[in-house]
Amino acid sequence: MSGLAGRAAPDPAADVEPRRTFASGRVPKVVIVGGGGTGGALAHDLALRGLNVTLFEKGEITSGSTGLHAGLLHSGARYATTDRPSAIESSAENKILRRICPGSFEENDGLFVALTDDDEAYEGEFLEACWQCAVPVRRVERAAALRMEPGLNPDLRFALQVSDATMDAMRLPLRFFATARRHGAEIRPFCEVVAVTTAGSTVTGVKVRDQVAGREYEVGADVVINAAGAWAGRVAALAGVSLAVGFEAAAMVAVRGRHANMVVNRLHSPGDGDLVVPQRTMTVAGTSTFEADDPEDLRVPEGAAEAIVREVALLLPSIGRAELRSAWAAAQPVLLASGPGRRTTKAGPKAGVAGATGALVEGAPSTRTHKIRCLDHATDRTPVEGLVTVVGGDATRLRAAAEAAGDLVCARLGFDCRCSTADYVLLPHTAWYSA
Amino acid sequence: MTVRLRVSRSRAGDSKRHFDDFEANVGPGSTVLDALLDVRRRLDPSLVVRHSCRHASCGGCGVRVDGRPVLACDTRLDRRSSRPIVVEPLDGRAVVADLATDMTDFHARMDAVGLPPVRTGEPADVVPPDGVGAFSRLESCIECGLCLAACPVARTDGSFIGPAALAAAARVVEEPRGHELGPVLALAVEPDAIWRCRDAMECTAVCPAAVDPARALFGLRRRIAAERVRRLFRRAGG
Repeated sequence: MSGLAGRAAPDPAADVEPRRTFASGRVPKVVIVGGGGTGGALAHDLALRGLNVTLFEKGEITSGSTGLHAGLLHSGARYATTDRPSAIESSAENKILRRICPGSFEENDGLFVALTDDDEAYEGEFLEACWQCAVPVRRVERAAALRMEPGLNPDLRFALQVSDATMDAMRLPLRFFATARRHGAEIRPFCEVVAVTTAGSTVTGVKVRDQVAGREYEVGADVVINAAGAWAGRVAALAGVSLAVGFEAAAMVAVRGRHANMVVNRLHSPGDGDLVVPQRTMTVAGTSTFEADDPEDLRVPEGAAEAIVREVALLLPSIGRAELRSAWAAAQPVLLASGPGRRTTKAGPKAGVAGATGALVEGAPSTRTHKIRCLDHATDRTPVEGLVTVVGGDATRLRAAAEAAGDLVCARLGFDCRCSTADYVLLPHTAWYSA
Repeated sequence: MTVRLRVSRSRAGDSKRHFDDFEANVGPGSTVLDALLDVRRRLDPSLVVRHSCRHASCGGCGVRVDGRPVLACDTRLDRRSSRPIVVEPLDGRAVVADLATDMTDFHARMDAVGLPPVRTGEPADVVPPDGVGAFSRLESCIECGLCLAACPVARTDGSFIGPAALAAAARVVEEPRGHELGPVLALAVEPDAIWRCRDAMECTAVCPAAVDPARALFGLRRRIAAERVRRLFRRAGG
């Protein structure tokens, strides 16, 4: 069934738009900076639209925030009460990803479990929000919930079933990278963009340090797309653009053993310690948010792992007795300023916009808003031509983020081309490794 | 705390490797990967190390630590020793640079078996919810290749297909999911396949994902042998 379908390889030539050219006959060249889920999906999106794509990632692909996520393909319900546009988008993407990535999911659904009076009181608001966002929900009485998941806290009041699924944080995005490369995109891991080259106020390409070969070189581009996630502020600063991208640092744990088959959420307003994602023979639980300055130096605060385990053990008591396998943290990027980025000197962002690389600052918009934002820096107060930033979203919406950015890039280049990724079945992740 | 590391270094095309010593600065409960990433962040951004999930799920950060194949993210730095911790790339495959190795050959062997990525129909003792036919889960193997790097047969002869691919074949035989078993069994009995296993069990000892390849190979071998015996008797009888 789905497992076998996942191995069916698409015909490399099928459905790919013919190579696009400018009126001069030159093929337009796009450089993507950042090899996370968004960058990978964007490389696939643009390769499918017939553009010449090169992607640079300073480490291994998916080694930033992408690989660190809990592996949740969420139904949209987690955002329903706080961020409706993202919830609606997530619900749609949940269905699309299952269709284009067969074999990548444990399609076991999820439960939002009510344990207390407060949880019960939250049900009305939650259901109303899910209904408004077209997120399907089914009420499950206590006894039925315990038949599905015998490990649940027997004191639960009831549960709400949603269409969550679990995935592999690295292998799902790998399918986008593999398919992009099959269609001619160049994917270059271990290549750090160390400078953005410009002519006047127009971006002309990037300078790259290739750590594998041990050399530096320049690559020209008609558009450079900043898809560096929590690092997007640093990349924008290379082009002299000040971009207030902060991040939310979230700790997670993995414990030994499989403590549930379904995803288990706590039915309450989104908070810490309310998510359990089973994964193969392990169980991942999260999260605990904390402040940090550097997305590359996220040390899980003392006691955070224990706090997560304590909270999720209220949902699944056996987790409280399980051996802790790992504790780690991921930086989820958040665009802090609502307006377009501002141009600063090339030396880097001005003081006061240190959020470009730092943690969330006071007065920032809701940290629970994870809208996908695409910025064309040609429309900045101090315009920079040829630079686009895509930031926000999450693992469930990597394809949607790529579609939004791809539409913007094609419009910038003057091409009228349609995104077709929602219907394109991706190569299996193993194709990434084939020569 | 400060941890001393001695890390194998090489660039693409280098015929020789050398070691660099570093002092990493890590918090309590940290792993070898945490230490390597601290080195890359503070001391040497050119250090090439492959990683993604940091919880033994992606299988990307396989290295040798003091000679033993491990996942760097799954190896705690709890031992205090005056000797530096030696970190090297996994044996038996080409080095891309520093600690990253080429996984193409490993995946080609896995691909030849074609294990479907999702297992179905387990566990049997619970009632799946409406709309979910049967609970499913991803196959346990995380394709890290530690078993192949640890296998004493594969270490001396690179042509041995190795424990991971054979354990994958055993899973296909156990749960075919529409697979034709003939080609998988034929692959398993090729000269460089299951009969080469010497039951050293190093594969199971290093497996970070509870696949237990040694047991899987034992089961597969027994099944193949039983089939052969049956065939012999059938021939003798008739």
